Amino acid sequence: MFSRFAISLVSLLFDGLAFGMILFLISIGMSITMGVMRVVNLAHCGFAMAGGYLTFMLVTQAQLPFAVAVPLAVVGTMLLGALLERTVYSWIYVQSELGQVLMTIGLTFVMIATANALFGSTIQDIPVPGALRGTFHLGAVGLPVYRLFLIAVSCACAVAIWYVLDRTQVGAKLRAAVDNARMAGCIGMNVKAFFAVTFAIGCGFAGLGGALGADMFPLEPFYALNYLVLVLIVVSVGGLGSIKGTLIAALVLGMIDTLGRYFLPEAGGLVIYLATLVMLLVRPQGLFGRQTT
Amino acid sequence: MNTIVRQLLPAGALPFYRLRLADVLPWVVAIAAFFLFDTYMSIGAQILIMVIFGISLDLALGFAGINTLGHAAFFGVGAYAAGYFSLHVSPEPLSGLLVAGGLAALIGLLSGWLLLRTSGLALLMLTMVTTVVLHEFANSWRSVTGGADGLSGMETAPLLGLFSFDLYGKTAYLYALGVLFVVFFAVRIIANSPFGLSIRGIRENAKRMLLVGTPVHAKLILAYTLSAAIAGVAGGLSAQITRTVSLDLLSFQLSGNILIMLIVGGVGRLYGAFIGIPLYMLLLDRAAAIDPFHWMFFVGIALILLVRFAPGGLLALTAQLYARVRGRLAVNFAKEPQ
Repeated sequence: MFSRFAISLVSLLFDGLAFGMILFLISIGMSITMGVMRVVNLAHCGFAMAGGYLTFMLVTQAQLPFAVAVPLAVVGTMLLGALLERTVYSWIYVQSELGQVLMTIGLTFVMIATANALFGSTIQDIPVPGALRGTFHLGAVGLPVYRLFLIAVSCACAVAIWYVLDRTQVGAKLRAAVDNARMAGCIGMNVKAFFAVTFAIGCGFAGLGGALGADMFPLEPFYALNYLVLVLIVVSVGGLGSIKGTLIAALVLGMIDTLGRYFLPEAGGLVIYLATLVMLLVRPQGLFGRQTT
Repeated sequence: MNTIVRQLLPAGALPFYRLRLADVLPWVVAIAAFFLFDTYMSIGAQILIMVIFGISLDLALGFAGINTLGHAAFFGVGAYAAGYFSLHVSPEPLSGLLVAGGLAALIGLLSGWLLLRTSGLALLMLTMVTTVVLHEFANSWRSVTGGADGLSGMETAPLLGLFSFDLYGKTAYLYALGVLFVVFFAVRIIANSPFGLSIRGIRENAKRMLLVGTPVHAKLILAYTLSAAIAGVAGGLSAQITRTVSLDLLSFQLSGNILIMLIVGGVGRLYGAFIGIPLYMLLLDRAAAIDPFHWMFFVGIALILLVRFAPGGLLALTAQLYARVRGRLAVNFAKEPQ
């Protein structure tokens, strides 16, 4: 009895981990753009959706192998992000917070309508290659291989982001630009180009999350709105611009959500949202966010 | 001096602004619609309810400058309160509205006291999360709210004991119009009162208002509570007229939609809700019948363009055009005698 409970707990925690890591991939770009550029980008989930749909198109229509399609989709999402950053977002940057919210909601609507026009309103599945199917048995616990792969990729991304931001010169420059954009510009950095590249990379991570997480976040046109609340909670609880915060918030949220659905199906959501509310009341800047005035 | 004040403040800003002919127009249109389009009374009543909701959001967002993504919370609370009241206490509509407004005001007071110490992005997030919490709460407290099924089957007793609600929604339409009339003039008086001017000051510069001795936090809470009460009344009306209450009334989508509709019309002008909401809802009614996704595409584009080129909404846009045309005419007239 106890061992069966332990097994289901382990596999639930594992699912929660996978869910949280995908949430992290989707949220990290938004956290960085909101922290760095002070843009409330509600259209961010749309980029995750774009990554998912691009992968779907490349795998099913162009018949490319999964391992080629996903990187191509990520590059495609980055290009889309860069294109929009140079055009629509230059209008969005100069707005007040409310104006940014409205404009990016408008952009999200356009994305949803476009996705529907291109792919229809039904849920689309991305076929997974045979090597990633099946389950991996660890003692008595069976873990789906695909989720192990998800977790491995997301961990690699988290480590890469941390390494670049914390240990390289590019990262140091970016942090300098975040702290004081004007000063960074004065010492000769091209802050605008920096931000554009950062934005595109953030979109790329979202696209990766959308492409890999399609089995947990089903791909359909309202994707861009359905997970917005969840992603916003991760970003604001973690603290804007904080990688560590976003990671922890995404993992905790993923765990609570998965466990809550299993053990407390009635009030699972309530626990998360109440905790978020209290958390944000005590620390409006988030767990690891810096106090801004 | 007088002209400067007139230019600085939008129409209807100060008590000495008299009601003009244009102020009668919305009511004439509403009453004309009652006689001309008597088969569209149900959507008419829906529009009037949303206009009340829009006015309440205008009070919080447009006048007090409280950025909120969670105004549906109060609409939903009002709807549930009125629905529950009519099912379990009394089907009398006016007392139901009072209960709806009262409970929404209470929630507004509590949440305002908690949330209004933050501002900007944190406030947007907190108001959004509050709505989500209430949504989940309504979802799980099945014995009172009916969970995902919502409330239905309530009766609404004849209004004032005289006018029963008919199948065609004529009584409902006039009932909603009457409530809108009362709410509009109440908000107009509030907006023109010293309190209304001080919350506008807070919207423009909260720090400076604090320095001149305004109790900023308390005034914001009061504005938020009043706005919540009106939103609750709108929700209560919706529950009484449609005789159903669903979880959708507490959704993030409704908060977003009302915000969009108000922005289309114009924020902080009292009449923004009268323009934006009927326009949006009538177009939506037509367009959604064809294809809801096309509608989203055009709303999205319109929203981006409006915020970029006409941040004050359609009202500000027409006011600017009008001023420009008049200015040009005035110049021409001035030149002519020479």
